Amino acid sequence: MKRFIGFVKKEFYHIFRDRRSLFILFGMPIAQIMLFGFAITNEINNVDIAVLDHSKDATTQEIINKISASKYFSIQQFIERETDIESVFKKGKVKAVLNFEKEFSKKLIKENTATIQIITDATDPNTANTISNFVNSILRNYQQELNKDIKITYQIVPQTRMIYNPELKSVFMFVPGVMTIILMLVSAMMTSISITREKEMGTMEILLVSPLKPFQVIIGKVVPYIFLSVINAIVIIVLSVFVLKMPVQGSLILLGLESVLFIINALSLGILISTISKTQQTAMMISLMGLMLPVIILSGFIFPISSMPLPLQVISNIIPAKWFIIILKGIMLKGVGISFIWKETLILVAMTLFFMGLSVKKYKIRLE
Amino acid sequence: MSTENVIEAKNLTKKFGDFTAVNKITFNVKQGEIFGFLGANGAGKTTAIKMLIGISSPTSGDANVAGFDIYKNAEYIKKNIGYMSQKFALYDDLTVKENITFYGGIYGLSRKRIKEKRCQLVEELGLQEVTNELVSSLPLGWKQKLAFSVTLLHDPKIIFLDEPTGGVDPITRRQFWEMIYKTANKGTTVFVTTHYMDEAEYCDRVSIMVNGKIEALNTPKELKEQYKVDSMNDVFLKLARG
Repeated sequence: MKRFIGFVKKEFYHIFRDRRSLFILFGMPIAQIMLFGFAITNEINNVDIAVLDHSKDATTQEIINKISASKYFSIQQFIERETDIESVFKKGKVKAVLNFEKEFSKKLIKENTATIQIITDATDPNTANTISNFVNSILRNYQQELNKDIKITYQIVPQTRMIYNPELKSVFMFVPGVMTIILMLVSAMMTSISITREKEMGTMEILLVSPLKPFQVIIGKVVPYIFLSVINAIVIIVLSVFVLKMPVQGSLILLGLESVLFIINALSLGILISTISKTQQTAMMISLMGLMLPVIILSGFIFPISSMPLPLQVISNIIPAKWFIIILKGIMLKGVGISFIWKETLILVAMTLFFMGLSVKKYKIRLE
Repeated sequence: MSTENVIEAKNLTKKFGDFTAVNKITFNVKQGEIFGFLGANGAGKTTAIKMLIGISSPTSGDANVAGFDIYKNAEYIKKNIGYMSQKFALYDDLTVKENITFYGGIYGLSRKRIKEKRCQLVEELGLQEVTNELVSSLPLGWKQKLAFSVTLLHDPKIIFLDEPTGGVDPITRRQFWEMIYKTANKGTTVFVTTHYMDEAEYCDRVSIMVNGKIEALNTPKELKEQYKVDSMNDVFLKLARG
């Protein structure tokens, strides 16, 4: 045991004396959370729009007022001619143009129907979509106000309620993903690099010739990273709760335990990578290409898995991050307990055991 | 020099697939002896050493190291041997003191014993000024001496040196061999591989490996007489050319 403590102590010297790894360890989580929290967002706020009002009557004025009163839009300019539409878009000043047809009120009253054209700049399809949805919903509200005195016998009123993330804050979507990426990166990449470094420097041989058993060497290398990853997870959760106002609805203890499980999963992947790579550079490339990309693309972090082609959906099942993100969202946003996420947990446990078994086998082969 | 054998290898063989890296080597090393293990690159020296120190298991054959069987008691062997590779294997980002403490620690030395050893070692090597400096700042020759001393921390019966003098200047090499002599005089067996034929002359006995086999094994003096040449260099060239 004393030998082991000495070993772990040495490992901490390595980490704390290497500024770069220290920066990756602690700088990156903070930077990423802040970036995803504030800079990268799907929400729309004060989007500049232009209005082309051909009728200029009471109804259109009311609608325009409603739209400009909402926090989502600010009316940047009024234009007079159809030909101006393209030029305002080209100047890039507005994201959308509302085009009211001639004699809007009159038509609405006489023919019961009038048209507004919503033209959006779809170079950014997500924003365009969101804008048109928001305008639609404002219009629907307005219409209901108009009709409230009229009794229609049969009416289907769809009531949409967004639950778990009612304000549709994209931060809530990103935090679980960012946490997953950071834990994966820190745990898997840093351990695989630190183990391959011993190989590269020739110290691994010396360690194997010493009375330390191979598994003690590996555990000794991994323990500091478990410790640091747990600190990282805490930093991320604290930042998300207090800075990004992300709720944790479920049990903190469960959240902690699941995080430790995922950290161990990532560490065993890191060990596996170190058994197949000879140099630190290889280990880094494998970690980045083999872990980061799948985590970002296939885990459901940014792109919803349900809208992927079937083969990719199948592949996404072998990405541990996918399951961890489901668990995180479950605990943090829905506040569910273990009875709702035991399946995902079990999958992570199985994957961890599989990676460990495989590394032990590979490690032995390498020693032959 | 006693007559007790501390290494006994019999028909030791290692195959990688179809390739036989070490082919039925048989030899004994006596206690306190400086045993030179010579051979060209790829002759199988490193593979043979790895089997003796227990990080590679033989395909066939038997061996005893420090009185223990390499198959059954590899763990005991590890406690009784030291190993220094050509990379010197110190941690560059640790200080001299931390390196000594770490290596003493993994061999299970008590804190007090490590401290004693460290003070003694630092004084012998004249490293007082740099004990708290990172190893990366030391010149190569110092690193080599430090690595050698670290190998001896746990008072092993046998030390295995795999090309310990690679890349250092002749004066440092000379000094290094003086350290080897001192160690052997205290009764520690030294098993050393080298490329330098002048170093072979310093050994009590040398074996020369060619293509996985031991082609010659004797004292340097008798080998020179046997092959009727003046230096170990010529003995080696004669053997290696076949």
